[in-house]
Amino acid sequence: MGGLASLVARLQIDWETLLTVNLPALIVVLIAVPLVLFLYIMGTELIVRRFPKRAQPTVRPWIWVGPAILLVSVILVYPMIGTIIRSFFDRGGSNFIGLGNYIHMLSDGGVLIVLRNNLLWLLLYPAMVLIFGLALAMLADRVSYEKPVKSLIFMPMAISFVAMSIIWQFVYYYRPPDVPQIGILNAIVVNLFHAQPITWIQDTRFNNYALILIAVWGATGFAMVILSAALKGIPGELLEAARVDGANELVVFRRIILPLMMPTIVVVGTTMVIFALKAFDIVYVMTAGNYNTDILARRMYAELYAAQNHANSSTLAVILLIAVIPVLIFNVQQFRAVEARR
Amino acid sequence: MSTAVTAAPPRQEGAVTARAPRTSPLSAAVSKAGLHVAVIALTLLWVTPTLGLLISSFRPGGAFTTSGWWTAFSPPFNFTLDSYRAVLGESDLLPSFFNSFMITIPGTIIPAAIAAFAAYAFAWMKFPGRNWIFLALVGLLAVPLQLTFIPLLTLAVHLGLTSGNTLPFGLNAGFIAIWLAHTGYGLPFSIYLLANFFRVLPQDLFESAEIDGASPVTVFFRLVLPLSVPAIASLIIFQFLWVWNDLLVALIFIGGTPEVIKG
Repeated sequence: MGGLASLVARLQIDWETLLTVNLPALIVVLIAVPLVLFLYIMGTELIVRRFPKRAQPTVRPWIWVGPAILLVSVILVYPMIGTIIRSFFDRGGSNFIGLGNYIHMLSDGGVLIVLRNNLLWLLLYPAMVLIFGLALAMLADRVSYEKPVKSLIFMPMAISFVAMSIIWQFVYYYRPPDVPQIGILNAIVVNLFHAQPITWIQDTRFNNYALILIAVWGATGFAMVILSAALKGIPGELLEAARVDGANELVVFRRIILPLMMPTIVVVGTTMVIFALKAFDIVYVMTAGNYNTDILARRMYAELYAAQNHANSSTLAVILLIAVIPVLIFNVQQFRAVEARR
Repeated sequence: MSTAVTAAPPRQEGAVTARAPRTSPLSAAVSKAGLHVAVIALTLLWVTPTLGLLISSFRPGGAFTTSGWWTAFSPPFNFTLDSYRAVLGESDLLPSFFNSFMITIPGTIIPAAIAAFAAYAFAWMKFPGRNWIFLALVGLLAVPLQLTFIPLLTLAVHLGLTSGNTLPFGLNAGFIAIWLAHTGYGLPFSIYLLANFFRVLPQDLFESAEIDGASPVTVFFRLVLPLSVPAIASLIIFQFLWVWNDLLVALIFIGGTPEVIKG
């Protein structure tokens, strides 16, 4: 593999080329990319037609799934295997040291805090996004101004995490007690509750929750849109029939709405768990992992680029993968349950 | 409630999107008021952070460092477009936007198209191992991207797909690496979403198309795509937003100088 130093050296970034506005390239790309995709499926179909009639149904599916399988194999499966193997070797990459890296990492106090924070993200983020998303989908469904409400809630989805962090730096802003607060949260704390302003980002009692809240604020729109679509798919007669039979709203929700929406909730929840593991940008921008807010993805990035330690970053990646296995099993079970009902 | 049994089921379709009221008039009015309060309060809560930024952007330079943005609503009303003039006048904004589009547009089109091809096969074609491959894809949904960076970066260097190389038309090779990476990362979710949608399209439609001699390509472009516009549209929006908002992948594959990435 060679050292990361040489890798980074060979990656030498050519800013001159990259930053020159190259409009012809953009136009060519905009025409060529869809054209290539279209020609692929048309061209292969013409080739398949030359096959004997009986062979065609055998060959054809592989042409349609082929590109996806190839890309997923190269981009997800192959690196996954490579990283797992790499995590059993020492920093130089030549000596097999078994679980040495894992023992080393798991006895590192910093890594333990990282794991605790990731657990916090994994538990709070999907739960809060689902609760807010479901509540907003259900509430907005019953008012006539549903569309503007949903648009406003969805808006943060269109903002990058970096811009989100800037927005929330305004919310969490801290100034000493003797000057007027400019962050709205501290203004409320000082003026309404007559308390001392709080350093939301540095105070280890609050900062992890403060960061998770930013992510929840950003992703609730996504959950709401998908859950709302599923909610609208529930036949109105079903709900009406239950209400006519005397079921109250709570029973209707628990016995009809929730079970029917379960597959969608699982999809959204899984996506949120993945987001929680992928969480990087907000911590990277807000605290750079300081004040006990570091998480796996940011620590991995630091090991890879700042410390240039392949062994450590691979080990952290595998720890991340192990953390995901229960979610994976749950998903496969859910998928099978849905398939069985079909 | 029991009185409703004798009456016809209430079918008030007054509001376009809202469901008809469901309980007795008095409690309905009370809960309706609570409903409006809850919806409006939550919406305001969600908008406030962005609103603060928006107001601040119209305030004179430095004002946001001395007083809260909400004070702008009381006299004297000091609003200005100075900040917009300054930012739009900056010369390096254009290249940043160009790079964003250069990454985002192919990073959306390629995965959406390839996922649609694959989802069509998973939903409507029979081939050995179909269910197992689909299950594996669902599993890959959960694989953390961080796992892939080191091997993929090495691979990109071996293949020359780094930002130092220039392809025909002055296309930077580093972009290809990012497109392919985003395609691979986006495919499991995209296929998952689309296959589930394609599967529930009415079966007789496909049977009659086959009897009429339509080829799979025709069925795909004339039948599946037009019928799945909502699903494909939402997929394209999500994928676009993910790629557009992504910082980590761009940092890894092109490097960590902020000029390349928007934000």
